[in-house]
Amino acid sequence: MKNRFYFIIGAIIAVLCSSCKKDNYEAPAADFTGRIVYKGEAINVQYGQVNFELWQSGFGNYAALKVNVSQDGSYSAKLFDGNYKLVFSPNQGPFLWKKNATGKQDSIAVNISGSKAMDIEVMPYYMIRNASLTAASGKVNGSCKLEKIITDANAKDIESVSLYINKTQFVDGGNNIAVQQLTGATIADLNNLSMSVNIPAIVPAQNYVFARIGVKIAGVDDLIFTPVAKISF
Amino acid sequence: MKKYIYAFAAIACLSFAQSCKKDSEFLDKQPTSTLPIDAVWKDPNLVLTVVGDLYDRFPDFQRIESWWLFADFDEGFASASGDYFRHQNLEYGYDAWRYWDIGVYRLVNDLNLFIKRGQEATALKAEDRNRFLAEARFIRAGVYFEMVKRMGGVPLITVPLAYDYSGDPSYLQYPRAKESEVYDFVIAELEAIKTVLPDNATIQSRATKAAALAMESRAALYAGSIAKYSNAQLTLPGGEVGIPAAMANGYFTKALNAAKEIIDGGKYSLYKKNPNLSDNFAALFTDKGSNPEVIFAKDFKLKTNKVHGFTIDNQPRSSAEEAQGGRLNPSLNLVQSFEKLDNTYASFAAIDGSGNPVYYTNITDIFADRDARLAGTVILPGTQFKGKTVDIWAGYQLANGTIVTGDNFAQSKSNVLPGNPGSVQVVGGDGPVDGLEFSAQSGFYVRKYLDPATGSGQIGTRSEVWWIRYRYAEVLLNAAEAAFELGDAATAANYIKPVRDRAGLTTALSPANITFDRIVHERKVEFAFEGHQLWDMKRWRLADKVWNGNNMSAADFTNASNIGSATRTSTQVFGLWPYKYYNPGNANHLKYIFKVIKPSRVTAAHRFRIGNYYSSIGQDVLNGNPKIIRNPNQ
Repeated sequence: MKNRFYFIIGAIIAVLCSSCKKDNYEAPAADFTGRIVYKGEAINVQYGQVNFELWQSGFGNYAALKVNVSQDGSYSAKLFDGNYKLVFSPNQGPFLWKKNATGKQDSIAVNISGSKAMDIEVMPYYMIRNASLTAASGKVNGSCKLEKIITDANAKDIESVSLYINKTQFVDGGNNIAVQQLTGATIADLNNLSMSVNIPAIVPAQNYVFARIGVKIAGVDDLIFTPVAKISF
Repeated sequence: MKKYIYAFAAIACLSFAQSCKKDSEFLDKQPTSTLPIDAVWKDPNLVLTVVGDLYDRFPDFQRIESWWLFADFDEGFASASGDYFRHQNLEYGYDAWRYWDIGVYRLVNDLNLFIKRGQEATALKAEDRNRFLAEARFIRAGVYFEMVKRMGGVPLITVPLAYDYSGDPSYLQYPRAKESEVYDFVIAELEAIKTVLPDNATIQSRATKAAALAMESRAALYAGSIAKYSNAQLTLPGGEVGIPAAMANGYFTKALNAAKEIIDGGKYSLYKKNPNLSDNFAALFTDKGSNPEVIFAKDFKLKTNKVHGFTIDNQPRSSAEEAQGGRLNPSLNLVQSFEKLDNTYASFAAIDGSGNPVYYTNITDIFADRDARLAGTVILPGTQFKGKTVDIWAGYQLANGTIVTGDNFAQSKSNVLPGNPGSVQVVGGDGPVDGLEFSAQSGFYVRKYLDPATGSGQIGTRSEVWWIRYRYAEVLLNAAEAAFELGDAATAANYIKPVRDRAGLTTALSPANITFDRIVHERKVEFAFEGHQLWDMKRWRLADKVWNGNNMSAADFTNASNIGSATRTSTQVFGLWPYKYYNPGNANHLKYIFKVIKPSRVTAAHRFRIGNYYSSIGQDVLNGNPKIIRNPNQ
């Protein structure tokens, strides 16, 4: 009986000691943060729609780490130290990513060693300038002008320009309570766009909405947006 | 004692006899559980069992055995709690509809092996052997067609592959063929085997000449429209994805010729056995006795394990044979796209021009004068299935606008109606009750493919209704579309006419009426719940316009002016609920009013991204074969 008792104690000690061992790996510790920018100006996109890929070689089969870009164009990822390659897949984001000599998406080498902040320079098809969003007599009025950035063979037309409003700060085509859309064909002057949308009854009542203008470029999935504005009325 | 000696002698003899056998004879016994290959290729019945297995693996995406997939694209609402997520996903994943994995190429390899062994076999009669070989090539063409429409160009492998354990697998690594090359392969194969296959309209579950031509016509039509409507983003430099616009007319001509060959052959016709046009359209899918319209189907048989549960899953709940059913609710988006009999489009008149409700004496009046295919595809409120009227109404609306309703099938409440203290039923036996699974949450049940036979809704019996993959009406519409794309609207009008006549739309469309939008619309209503929608939207490059991620509202369904538009947004499922108006003394007392609703389980708007036009290729495939190029936009 005594023997068996010692044996059990021994087993318990063995289990406890083995579980004191450190885990095999440290959690990733380096913060990789920044924004996607054009000449220092952040590109605003739809939440959860735009991501870039980080590839790291040397660990078995290749697979990408996908890093999402937030509404305001910022991103952040927790990474292990190491050498990565950063690339946007074709048709991610409302911008053109540069190509390498073989016509494929070019990648940027990123060395992570401790935390790092880096703005990623991209080439948008259009930029939204002079955006103004105001509320007046039950409506949200928006105006802006569009600057065409890419004018060479890769240039694209505007498919539509929309003013979205929503109860929460997520504002886009799938998250809105009202929208006013100008189709590309009806836009005569890119320098003078104005829209207005009626604010519907909100339940439960609130005296503010969030609004943004989004521009859909023909043949491009992701819209480019103005920053989210909180508008009280 | 003698008896024992005899027994002993007998045992001794038997064992000696056994031990006298040569070792090789003893060790080389054939197994009794499997047939060796060369034994199979001696008997046509044995080969048929192998072909049967290959037919069973013929690829489909949406079909009656997977009703839930019909709810993914806003044709229907999935009225089952485990499937609500289909209406809560904003996006389709890039890997959705992927059809390129170990299983697919194993099937291709099995087909290639079958063909190789068939070519080597000598014991079969030539006509039997050639038919089996042609059938295997037909199935292989179907597999490659399914791959190319989902993935773009894929490696074209037509010989069996085996690894030689040399440590170097590079001879097994094929690059992707051009998208057009895969279509060309499919078309050429079908063209080559059509004369070998029997030209017999009564063979419907095996490959025939018409089945080959029907598949050829569809494949060529897909290739043609991809060439015509392709855009620059959806191409790869090597042509793995994208077809040059210059090739469009060649494909359309092939599609037209293949369809014409079936039509001119005269062996098939539209199903017209029942004078009631709606019942006739419904029976087209369930009548397996000398059905002249069915070209190629996946067949089922009662009292075997080849039965399916589409009817159990989707029968009207109030008259169901089990406490089951009602899972697939056609959407208002689909229902309102059926034309009026004068060839015009209209929303259902739930409210009049000034916003007041319209009162209907009978619940079915609002659906009057519509394309007969509507009631053949959808069980509308007040119509019948298996001789029983469905009980779909959402409650009472009182004079002051209050709604009196319940939260379970055919719920009764007491003292809820003014001046009526008794117990009354306040909601239909089929609902609609929002969020209650199996109730008609959109206000409709599906009728197409629902089996009217007794017992088809029982778990122990199930249904033997077949799944029609190719039918004559599609051949006609393929011909019409191909002719239209080739600039011959008059021929297109001729081919489209019989299909519309059968639907009761007797005013023929003139050649000037035939537009791209008309063709899109005709296929939408004719082929609802038949698995065409996704592929049609993809090849026309309309998918990102229709499923554009924008929210919809009830206003899009009342007095809608763009119902016939090919690019009309359809991102969220809506429904139409009937209410009884309760106002004793009023002229409209107990008449029906209708409301456009959005089921509360519909929370996201579907968004089809440009990267969805071609499903992504799995990272395991890319890692395993460096010659494979990724699809664009992913």
